[in-house]
Amino acid sequence: MANSKSAYSFAGKKQKLDTHIIVVWVDNEAGVLARVVGLFSGRGYNIESLAVAEVDQSLNISRVTIVTTGTPQVIDQIKLQLKKLVPVHKVADFKREDKNVIFKEMALFKLVGNKIKLEKAFKACKKYDAVILDKTNKSHVIQITALRREIDSMTSNLKKFGLVSVSRTGAVAMTRGAEVFK
Amino acid sequence: MPKLYSGAEIVFKCLEDQGVSNIFGYPGGAVLPIYDELKNFKSIKHYLVRHEQGAGHAAEGYARSTGKPGVLLVTSGPGATNAVTALTDAYMDSVPLVCISGQVPTHLIGTDAFQECDTTGITRPCTKHNWLVKDVKDLAKTIHKAFEVSTTGRPGPVLVDIPKDIQFQKTNYINYKRKIKLKGKSHNQFSKNDIEELVNLLKKASKPIFYTGGGVVNSGPKASELLRELVRATGFPITSTLQGLGCYPADDNQFLGMLGMHGTYEANNAMYECDLMINIGARFDDRITGKIDEFSPNSKKVHIDIDPSSINKNVKVDLAIVGDVKSVIESTIKTLKKTKHDFLKSNKQKTSKWWEKIQKWRSRRSLDYIGSEETIKPQYAVERLYELTKDKDTYITTEVGQHQMWAAQHYKFNKPNRWMTSGGLGTMGYGLPAAVGVQVAHPNKLVIDIAGEASVLMTMQEMSTAVQYGLPIKIFILNNEYMGMVRQWQELLHDKNYSESYTAALPDFVKLAEAYGCVGLRAKTPEELDDKIIEMLNTDQPVIFDCLVDKQENCFPMIPSGKPHNQMLLGPNDQKSKKITGKGRTLV
Repeated sequence: MANSKSAYSFAGKKQKLDTHIIVVWVDNEAGVLARVVGLFSGRGYNIESLAVAEVDQSLNISRVTIVTTGTPQVIDQIKLQLKKLVPVHKVADFKREDKNVIFKEMALFKLVGNKIKLEKAFKACKKYDAVILDKTNKSHVIQITALRREIDSMTSNLKKFGLVSVSRTGAVAMTRGAEVFK
Repeated sequence: MPKLYSGAEIVFKCLEDQGVSNIFGYPGGAVLPIYDELKNFKSIKHYLVRHEQGAGHAAEGYARSTGKPGVLLVTSGPGATNAVTALTDAYMDSVPLVCISGQVPTHLIGTDAFQECDTTGITRPCTKHNWLVKDVKDLAKTIHKAFEVSTTGRPGPVLVDIPKDIQFQKTNYINYKRKIKLKGKSHNQFSKNDIEELVNLLKKASKPIFYTGGGVVNSGPKASELLRELVRATGFPITSTLQGLGCYPADDNQFLGMLGMHGTYEANNAMYECDLMINIGARFDDRITGKIDEFSPNSKKVHIDIDPSSINKNVKVDLAIVGDVKSVIESTIKTLKKTKHDFLKSNKQKTSKWWEKIQKWRSRRSLDYIGSEETIKPQYAVERLYELTKDKDTYITTEVGQHQMWAAQHYKFNKPNRWMTSGGLGTMGYGLPAAVGVQVAHPNKLVIDIAGEASVLMTMQEMSTAVQYGLPIKIFILNNEYMGMVRQWQELLHDKNYSESYTAALPDFVKLAEAYGCVGLRAKTPEELDDKIIEMLNTDQPVIFDCLVDKQENCFPMIPSGKPHNQMLLGPNDQKSKKITGKGRTLV
């Protein structure tokens, strides 16, 4: 018999991980983000990206969108633990593959180079609703909105066109159609 | 124009409106305005502790023995950080606590002022919720909300941090109207179908077991009554977690004793082999389940809990019933009576084989130990203590370690709220201050802290509190000079390398008692034990009882780490006579 020196049991089998987008409606009060994020770090859950902003000024409601990975059991725990927080109103959970939900991230690219390079860069961005926000002879700041992996690939593609700086948001999500999550 | 009240006055007005009569605390710079008001509120008695952790545990003892929230008042900085252990303890064991802490004035927050700390930041992970009050107009609302959050649903600790300038500022106080009690109602999410499904499972089961926990205690005394009715109506066996002891009478034949790491042979084997497990208000803690992959492999599992996040957290269950234990059992009994009037009769046949098996496990007498005439065996000491106090309505608190497990195994509890112990966090030093809190709540009852000499030294200073207020708590120390549980693990798992688990310079506990101004007693032999215990019980003062026990005794039975329930380690009696065969004999 192997000599176990642990006062605890061993970790069980590893299960498959899924990526989920969790949307949380919270009271916009001091420390609320720390409560949400602290819950994730304290219990060892992942945060891949995070987007927060107030969505209802009169009711002081903020909408937090968190992209996370975990086993089905962990995802369930995340939702239930979030619902226990006092400032949390409701929690929605979407699978990344869900066709009924729109996911978007926004990115800003700063490119520095000659005119030809800058034009090529803008062209490459075009299919992602590209907008030039700032323009000089030597540089562009381009905004795109796309999926995470599309932005990932754009950041590597644009390197050859003089990409010098990237700023991007976390994902935000909304369901398709007339329905609203209650 | 209505009278204006200062923040400090509002604190006490809120406490009065919440029906608080006792608070535990320690003054300091940032709470002085609140302490200044204390004299004007005669209905609230303040108990001065010797350390803020003691205030927290005393409030826990008060809360657990009464079902009412415990209140503590501490200062900023070190006052708040000292209370963190107690808050975490209360969070793990679902004890309703309201902690009011002082904070540096609002204009100094964030400047690293004297005795400043980020109290709400530090206590965020160890409270249900906390508040920093930045406007005196929000103070009353916040304190009342704090009581509501603390006591509803799954109870727990909350903290209200009040900057010193807010304590001085004035505003009006609108009388608090107690809302219609939401407790229970808003947390009951179960449907009629759930209950019918449960009753269906009860009917079909041939190897059932009830597994009950602290949730039954938290649901109130009525829940324990209903539990007894349900268990008797079904004729099923019942086991309990450490926290649930007392909900079902320990001397009843249907009770299999505590389960888990140091639970009885019959309880753990029944958990392993059952075909229906009904978890009522327990949380599948790792000390209970052992190896999770092999936990009760062939059973249907039902989980009744008020906290939805407890369900499917550690163990996947087949039927989840989210609700207050009392309401769930109530409707279960109702449905059971309606659908099957003679349940017990029809069921006896079905479970008779199961009971035979349980009797076989029981006959192993897993709690037995080898007695001695020269040295006091710790188990014997607890047994004698039980025999000599069982006719009184006794409240027991414990510290953490071997003595705690022996107390749980050998002291028989027949009522809820009589057993206060730190289960989830396992806080050494819990028992003595908790006993102070229990005695405050029940001045005329017998309160005993079954302690270990190592644990009790962590909060020993609270004896001074007990003496100051004439609280006749009894500290019954099972003194083996070791951190017994650490020593046991080192013996069994670390090749008897007793690294730092022996305390070479212990105080003379009898003299220590005298120094504190209370009574010290010592028992060295089994022969004198009874007389000394009786002497302790007859002393109407705080007592420190130094019971010198066998230094090498281990706590059995035991489920070694990483093992399932059916691979228990039994005591030396069994090991010697080689009565155990097969899996049961597997040593660590």
